[in-house]
Amino acid sequence: MGGLRILLQWFLGLVMVVIIWGAFLWARAAANFVGQSSRIVFFHVPQAWVAFLAFLVAAIHSGLYLKNRRIENDEAAAGAARLGIVFCVLATITGSIFAKVMWNSYWNWDPRETSIVLLLLVYGAYLGLRGAVEEPERRATLSAAYALAAFVTVPFLMFAVPRLYSSLHPDTVINARGKVEMSTDIRVVFFSSIAAFTALFFWLYSLDRKVSRIVREAARRQEQEFAA
Amino acid sequence: MSRPSVLSSSIAVFQKDLRSEWRTRTAVSALLLFAFAVLILVGYAVGPANISREDRPVVHSVLLWIVIFFSAMTGLSRVFVHEEESGTAAALRLSAPSAAIYLGKLLANLALLALVLLFVVPLFLALMSFSIACWPLFLLVLLLGSIGLAAASTFTAAIVSKASAKGAMFAVLAIPLLLPPLVAAVSGTRIAATESGIAAGLDILQLLLAYDGVVTTAAFLLFDAVFRE
Repeated sequence: MGGLRILLQWFLGLVMVVIIWGAFLWARAAANFVGQSSRIVFFHVPQAWVAFLAFLVAAIHSGLYLKNRRIENDEAAAGAARLGIVFCVLATITGSIFAKVMWNSYWNWDPRETSIVLLLLVYGAYLGLRGAVEEPERRATLSAAYALAAFVTVPFLMFAVPRLYSSLHPDTVINARGKVEMSTDIRVVFFSSIAAFTALFFWLYSLDRKVSRIVREAARRQEQEFAA
Repeated sequence: MSRPSVLSSSIAVFQKDLRSEWRTRTAVSALLLFAFAVLILVGYAVGPANISREDRPVVHSVLLWIVIFFSAMTGLSRVFVHEEESGTAAALRLSAPSAAIYLGKLLANLALLALVLLFVVPLFLALMSFSIACWPLFLLVLLLGSIGLAAASTFTAAIVSKASAKGAMFAVLAIPLLLPPLVAAVSGTRIAATESGIAAGLDILQLLLAYDGVVTTAAFLLFDAVFRE
């Protein structure tokens, strides 16, 4: 297990290097975009995707916690939320840089900008709630219930906001016509980057799981020593 | 003796809340005084004369919902926070099923919010010379918007009543849940001020109705876990 893990880790690092090289040197800049600005898509979209993925993982573990009452699920949900907030901030910053280059303003209240800010608010509120409850089981239950409630209400913004502001955001990856409209070189780098960022998320996530297992084990041993 | 149904116990919880609120009138007076203070501030600072006629629907619909939302944030957490603080939560838990408690508390918060709306909306319309073109749409947006507001904040109140720093946490937890219906309600109010037919606001009403249904169901299902904690 350990050997394979190290191998995969190095492989991921290598793939990331190749993707950075491909994003800046191999893929051509897309037409209809200012200068080289389209290259940010190789990093911005995977980050936003991971932010949503982390939100999904946190919601699944929250549901599992309420069902099975295992503290591992609570730790897993919190770990996913912590990683999610990192990727959410990264996606917000890269998106904002792109907006400045493309539309000459860091912030336009575009539907997608608004929804990512709401996601940041949810993660912030979730982690804030965890900080406000001392007792582990109570913290687990309350934050799991909150994460699930947020998971069902947040998508409404995606429907509410486009009615108020028209979107400047480029077409989503699969557009309304149901086709991926990218040239082959861009498509190759883009989808490898999505895969690599997903792998990066699960690697970081597994490290986080490991750390909380160690912390729990250490606390248990300390308790045993104290009792003895 | 047969067990009382969920509905009748929720009505009992509702009546108990109304009665205990009537004895002290803490939440009502906090809500109304807060709403009044904000109305005075908004009316004085923004007023009807300082905005051009075409900007009024946008600015006024946002201000109206800001007043309603923050008034709700000052008073709606009390239904559960008070039970925890006075140590009566355990007795309440023993005397009724969780579903009935959530429903009863939701009804109590809806009654409180209705009172605030009856106070705020006419005053706001008068103070700001805010004219409504389509009253049915305006009233429906107010109704559906406040149901969503009450359903989400009743659930959030149950969570914060078990946490520390309750006052600050309530708004922090409620805002992400309430942003979607508030955004929809603001635009629905704007449409009601500019368009004379209800058709223009139908999709907003649909959205609010869907939100109300989803959030009430989710809160109903998750409430048991929160309240038993």
